[in-house]
Parts: sequence; structure tokens; C-alpha cells
Amino acid sequence: MRLACRADELKKEYVLKSETVRALRGVSFDIPEGDYVAIMGPSGSGKSTLLNLLGCLDRPSAGRLFLGDDDVSRMDDDQLSHIRASRIGFVFQSYNLIQQLTVLENIEVPLYYQGKLSSQDRQRCRLLAEMVGLGERLDHRPTQLSGGQQQRVAIARSLINDPYFILADEPTGNLDSHTTAEILALFEELNNKGKTIIMVTHEDDVAGHAKRVVRLRDGLLQSDIVNKERILLNRAAMLA
Amino acid sequence: MLWLRTWRLGVKSLFLHPLRSLLTVLGIFIGVASVIWLLAIGEGISREARRQIEDLGADTIIIRSVKPPSEVTAGSSGPTPYGLKRAEYDMLVETVDTIKSAIQIREMRRQFRYGGRLVDGRLVGCTPEYADVTKLKIAQGRFIDDADLIHRSTYCVLAARVAERLFPYEDPIGRSIYLAEHTDFYEIVGVLEHRNPTAAIGGSLDSQDFSNDVYIPLTTMQRRIGDTVITRGSGSFEGEILELNQITLRVDNVNNVFRTASLVEDSLRHHDEMHDIAVIVPRELLEQAKTMQMMFMLFMGLIAAISLVVGGIGIMNIMLATVTERTREIGIRRALGAKRGDIVRQFLVETLVLSAVGGATGILGGVLCTPVVDFVREQMKIYAAETMSRLPEVVQSISPVIVPWSIPLAFGISVFVGVMFGIYPAFRAAQMDPIEALRHE
Repeated sequence: MRLACRADELKKEYVLKSETVRALRGVSFDIPEGDYVAIMGPSGSGKSTLLNLLGCLDRPSAGRLFLGDDDVSRMDDDQLSHIRASRIGFVFQSYNLIQQLTVLENIEVPLYYQGKLSSQDRQRCRLLAEMVGLGERLDHRPTQLSGGQQQRVAIARSLINDPYFILADEPTGNLDSHTTAEILALFEELNNKGKTIIMVTHEDDVAGHAKRVVRLRDGLLQSDIVNKERILLNRAAMLA
Repeated sequence: MLWLRTWRLGVKSLFLHPLRSLLTVLGIFIGVASVIWLLAIGEGISREARRQIEDLGADTIIIRSVKPPSEVTAGSSGPTPYGLKRAEYDMLVETVDTIKSAIQIREMRRQFRYGGRLVDGRLVGCTPEYADVTKLKIAQGRFIDDADLIHRSTYCVLAARVAERLFPYEDPIGRSIYLAEHTDFYEIVGVLEHRNPTAAIGGSLDSQDFSNDVYIPLTTMQRRIGDTVITRGSGSFEGEILELNQITLRVDNVNNVFRTASLVEDSLRHHDEMHDIAVIVPRELLEQAKTMQMMFMLFMGLIAAISLVVGGIGIMNIMLATVTERTREIGIRRALGAKRGDIVRQFLVETLVLSAVGGATGILGGVLCTPVVDFVREQMKIYAAETMSRLPEVVQSISPVIVPWSIPLAFGISVFVGVMFGIYPAFRAAQMDPIEALRHE
């Protein structure tokens, strides 16, 4: 099975007020394609640092990180930007849509930074918007949408570049329980179609939707548990 | 295609704050328009100045009598003779061989009367060549001729405005005007066309205005009025003893002007003591005027450049605010794959849009300079005639001439300013840490 992501003894240190903070102290894991991983941990556990590394927003101090076959741990700023544009799908807690752009244009942004935008791409944007249920609102601005709708746009945007994985940072943190369920259902649907999802969360019932839960504590991997219940449920759903 | 999107995005982002963008554009607009305006006004003024000097003739040398300063004449009772002598005229014409032709003039301020109408003007005693040298054109009748000079006839020729004011309804030809000071009549034989004033010469600040002149033969003036002239001032009499007011020499070749001028100055050295003559070389004035024009343009350009820099600082100020305000957006874009260069480009495009719009509208505003100034001048003439008439001649007749190269120059500078002042904010945007930027509220 191909790997979407592989971390090998990842370490990250940074200096904060002349004190060295060891945020990650050697974390290793594999995430195969099609996996659905929840990363959990209390604040200060290195969760955010790991997220930044996985999102290629930062570079590890030591260790290696592979996305697909690309070793991103030694790449320069421009190369990392290119990886982000072409290989990672971000979904943020606060949606992070660009206010002056329409739904359709927001979905296009990663393609724009890849330097390509054909009429086929535009058609794909439209299809993705329809898939997340916003086919009627292509010309709306983010301010004209509800939180759930904005998050749907963000999910469509994360899929436009056909990424190694969707990297979701507390994607339901700002949503009510009903919308949370909707968004999680959408993630499940995507995962069932074979999309890899890495989701950072601190809520157990949100993490319960993942196939696998990775817990961090003090910069180290505390546990890596396969969520058998979820897999069984999934199988049952597929059989039915 | 992608470029187009970058530009469209820039415009969209600017429309997030329409008023702010408008005010920023206004700064550049004013800068560009003022470059064009100031250069156009400068060019208009110096063109007028050059035309006035050129009308004096590039191949002429003008020698004028100047009333000596009072300390020179102090102590003598009554008026002291001063100025150019007829003998000196003869001497110059005979000794300086580069002189092609020469004229001599005696002039004085007088009142001219016809019927009940009275006009203040300049009475000029001259020779037939005068019309040719000062480029006077006959509208009606003829100018003074050689026969008039020989016979010392009492004929006169009127300048256009004198004719209009003394004879609003009648045909002036054949009628006689009356000089009260000399109880003398002169019969009108010709009327001149309107003529634009020429540059000021001989220590006077007024440009020479030919519109209130009455011309009579020089010989007639010598016989009937003489060299001693009493002018009635307010409550006092002022006398002057003067043979000639002006000698105008025409040189055979323009290249000989300066050489001839120094020769003439040497021949008239004896006037140095009294300081009662002035030698004017229009060609020299012309060259001075060109230098002046350069200085003027430089000065105007400097003012305009300052206003453009102010506009540029406005751009920078706004862009810095924009960058801070849109930190979050920058973070999002970086996360979605924007390289540093993409961010730089995005913000530079915005400043370019601002400065280009300011530049383009500024050019429109600049090109309107001539019609606007003309319009204002005409309105002033109608509604504020008195104020207008008190302004200097140069201002009254001001007509800006758009300097063609000022348009690309102004636009170029505005774009340059936009880029210069846009680079720093754009780089600041690009240098942001995407993680920090994403966290920014």
C-alpha cells in the first residue's frame, strides 16, 4: 500500500525568549493512502507543531518527513509552497476563505498558485462545489454564507489539487452540533471514496469518526490506536 | 490569463476599501496633473516671453536713453540734458560697418484729443523704417514716408486702440487730432493693425505696448516740439531735455550681433558716467530667457516631483495599513501555496493599479490645463475685470502649452513612484511567517 505520509523521528525545536522549546522530540508514524487519522493531545503536546510540519508550513529540526515520495524536510520556502499548492488540502477551524473572492474563485486559489487554470479546472471547481452542496451559490461571497457552508467551500478547495491528504485543523471547532455532524459525514464520504484525511482535534466524539487516533503528549507519540468500532461500522455500511 | 487574474484580484482587493483607494489615487492624480500643469504653464509663459523678445528682432541692437538717477543730476538747477544725441546716431551709422539699417525715435507721453474724446498715449517721432523694424502693419492708409520727413509735415499715424477710442464711429483718415500741450493739430494718414506687446526693455518693467501710440515724423517733432519737453504731473511740472529716446540698429548678419553690440557699447563709453543709456541686445535676452526657462522648468519640475513623492508616501502608508490588515489573507494564501514572490507580486500589482489609475486620470486632468486656464481667464475678464487688469501682463495673457514629453514623463514617474513605495510593503507582506499570519486575528 502506498503511503500518503511518513514521519521518521521528527524533531522540532525553537527558541522562545532565549529558552529552547522542544516541541517534538522524535515522532514516527506512517499514514497509508485512504487512512483517516485523528491527531489528539492536550495543549503543549506538539499537536500544532506536527500540524505545521505536515502542512509544510514549517521544517523539522531533525528527522525526515515524506509526503508521497517527496522528502519535504529539507525543501526551501518556494519548494514547500509548491508542495502546499499541489499536494496538500487545508481545512481550518475558521474556514479561512478569502473575503473578496466568490465561492468558485476561492476553490480555484490553489490552482492559481500552481500556475495553471484551464477550463477543465474550472469545470472541476464547479463539480466540487456541487459535491459539497453549494452548486447554487458559486457567485456568493464568504460573508453571504453560513459557517457550515463556508467550511464546505473550504473542503471543496482542499480537494481541488487532488492532494496526498486533507489536513484538517479542528474543522468543526466553530460549528454547532448539527453542522458538525454534516461536516463529519462529508469527511466520511470522502474517506470512503479513498481520500486520506488527517484531522487535528481535541474532541473525543469527533476523533471517534476517524479510523485511527494518534495521541501526542510532551512532544512524543503516546498512543496510536486503530478505531476498530469505526472500521466495523464502516464495513457494515458498505455491505449494507 | 493568470496575469489577468492577478490584476483583477488587485482591483477587487482595492474595492474592499473604495474610499481609501480613491484618496490614494487622488494623491497620485494631483502629482501627475501638477507635473503637466506646471510644465504647461511654464512653457506658456516662456513661450510668450520668447515671442516678445523675438519680436524685438534677433538681429537688432536697441539703445535707449534712461533718465539718470537723481544723485547724478543733483545740484543743477532745472532739467539736465541727458541721453542719446542725434550726433551719436550719425556717428554710429557712419562708423560701424556691420549696421544694415538704423532708426531713431523720440517719444513722450501726451494726451490726444478729438472732439470731446481724450486718450492718453505715447507720441512717437520716427522715420519710415520704424514700421518695418518694429513689425507694425498698416490697416488703413499709409505710414509716415520720406516725403513727410523732408517736409516736416504734420501728418500722423494712429495705433489701433487710439483710433478705436478717438473714432469709435467715424473714419479717422483725413481728420485731425489735437495735442493740447502744444496747441497743435496733426492730420491722420494711416491706422495700424493691433499688435502684441514686446518684451520690456531699457530698465522699464512694462512690456512695450504699441496700442496707444501716435506716430509723427521725427523731423516734425524736432521742429514743432523740440528737445525740451515739459510734462504736466499732478500739481507740478517736470521737464526733460533729450534728443533721442531710442536708436535701433539692425545688423547685417545675426552672427555679428554680439560683436557689433560691444563695438557700440565702446563707442558710447562716455555715457557711463551719467548712466543715462542702456544697450539691449534681444539675442542676449533670448539666451537669458532660455536659461530662465530652464531654471523655471527645473523649479516647476521640482515642485511637481515633491507632490508626486507625497503621493507616493500616501501609497506606501495605505499599503502598509493594507498589509497589516490583510495579514490573515496573506497567511491563507501562503498556506494554499503562494510563494513569497506571489505575495510580492499581488501587493505590487495593487500599488501599480493605484498609481496607474492616478497617472491616467492625472494625464486627463493635465491635458485639461489649457482649456481650464483659458476658461478661467475669460471668466475673470468678464466677472473680475478690474482685478484682472491689475495683474501683470504675463498673467493676463497666460496660455499654457502642454509639453508633449511631460505626459509620458508624469505617467512614468507615477508608476515609478508606485513601485518604489510599493516594494517595501509588498516585501513586508511576503516576509511574514505563514504560521503567524494564519493565527492573526
